[in-house]
Amino acid sequence: MLKIENLSLSLGGKQVLRGLNLKVEAGTIHAILGTNAAGKTSLAYTIMGCNGYIPQEGKIFFKGEDITSYPIHKRAQLGMTMAWQEPARFEGLKIEDYISVGIQDKDPNLVREALNYVLLEPKEYLKRVVDKNLSGGERKRIELAAVFAMRPLLAILDEPDSGIDVLALDYIVNLIKELKRRGTTVLLITHREEVAGIADKASLLCQGFIVKEGEAGEVGEYFKNKCLPCPVYNPEEKIENSMDQR
Amino acid sequence: MMQDYEYMLKAYAEAGGAPEALKDSKIAHLVVHKNKVYGSHTVKGLVLEPRETETGVDIALLVQKGEKIEYPVHLCFGVLPDQGIQEIRITAKIEDGAGISLLAHCFFPNAVKVVHRMTADIEIGNNAFYEYNEVHYHGLSGGVEVVPKAKVKVGNGSYFKTNFSLIKGRVGVFDLDYEADIGENSILEMTTRIFGYAEDRIKIREAGRLLGRSSRGLLKSRVAVKDNAQSEIINELTASAPGARGHVDCVEIVQGNAQARAIPIVEVLNEFARVTHEAAIGRVDKKQVETLMARGLEEEKAIDLVISGMLK
Repeated sequence: MLKIENLSLSLGGKQVLRGLNLKVEAGTIHAILGTNAAGKTSLAYTIMGCNGYIPQEGKIFFKGEDITSYPIHKRAQLGMTMAWQEPARFEGLKIEDYISVGIQDKDPNLVREALNYVLLEPKEYLKRVVDKNLSGGERKRIELAAVFAMRPLLAILDEPDSGIDVLALDYIVNLIKELKRRGTTVLLITHREEVAGIADKASLLCQGFIVKEGEAGEVGEYFKNKCLPCPVYNPEEKIENSMDQR
Repeated sequence: MMQDYEYMLKAYAEAGGAPEALKDSKIAHLVVHKNKVYGSHTVKGLVLEPRETETGVDIALLVQKGEKIEYPVHLCFGVLPDQGIQEIRITAKIEDGAGISLLAHCFFPNAVKVVHRMTADIEIGNNAFYEYNEVHYHGLSGGVEVVPKAKVKVGNGSYFKTNFSLIKGRVGVFDLDYEADIGENSILEMTTRIFGYAEDRIKIREAGRLLGRSSRGLLKSRVAVKDNAQSEIINELTASAPGARGHVDCVEIVQGNAQARAIPIVEVLNEFARVTHEAAIGRVDKKQVETLMARGLEEEKAIDLVISGMLK
């Protein structure tokens, strides 16, 4: 479904992705694990074709087609979409209209179904606006609902679990599984190995390289045991460790 | 004249008005074409007296003490020919404990050289309210000059709210100037939404003076300009009493060769008062556009959707 060859990306003079190779099989959930600043979000933006994320080297293939130079909407029209880690807010745009944007026949039942899947009562939310009056958690759920309703061939989910309370993790996991059941390939970006555990495969990203690939459980364990305590690439852990030592 | 009236109703409907409301005896209305009053109806508690002048209509509006007008009063102002002038002068008094909501539609669908001036003196008593929603529909030539001016005095425990919208057709030249003095525990809200393009010129000045203790004020502007259009928004908010709170919120989106300027003037004259302001001018937010493009919309359509949402 998705093949990335020798992808290099530099942003503001800093090398973010370094000759990255990745293959995501159709119909699978593929997790990208990594600590902060590993390059996970930059990879997602580059795959989606966001402005400023033009690779200096390498190619991106989607369903066998070289999409490296395609604009975002063309990639989306081929069946790819993304859920942003911190989704944009839109003044005056109703939730029902926002979710409908990606639905081809604008079937309102798909909008309702999607809201139900993220546990937001359609009656209460359809007419609300995707603006700053929504909480961060509500906005994330609506973003996931919009992706779900679109029925994409490939969904890039950039940290769908961040900013969501632990109790709500279950429905995100269920939603991702349901996406897969309906035929969507999921590229799941996360730094929580327990979320990555639902994936069929996982790749571990560190400093712009894929350093390990394999079964999700195995890569997750490696990430938990080697990367999270790593004082070089996980500064937050470094601070916590130094606090413990005192 | 009957034929003109029919044309007025048609244009009114195209501007988003509800012609059936003009036949409902429970709803007060006033229909003015150029300087002719085509229809007028009032309801209990509302005195509505239009007087034709050489260039327009003078309107005396009074809501009697304690009367809250149940349904919005429909005002319909228009100039149908391609040339003409219309000067509307409104003197409004809302007595203590009274309230009124007005829904005005102004339309100049064929304008090549039309001037529409509206001057309003509005006095709102204590524990009263006045809400004014104005929607404009202009033709596509840009030959309209719209000059609305208002001076408002709001008593204590009252509210004054305006919503101005000009998002259909060419703006032409637009020069709005509203001023309001707000009393104790009273609320001011002024919102303006305009979309300008081609050679349109937009100037908005909204000034609120929060004079009374614990008064509140919000000045909100949403303007989008493209092509060679220009806009200038001056939001002035002064708080001079303890507990007075105000906020200025201005967003201008610029495309093409358009130019936009925002001048927020916030002034606090009492240590227990507070005024904040936020202004954003520039292109449509990149992340908003990319999000919609990731659902399959082309860039131009994504920008249109963001702007139309903002102007709703």
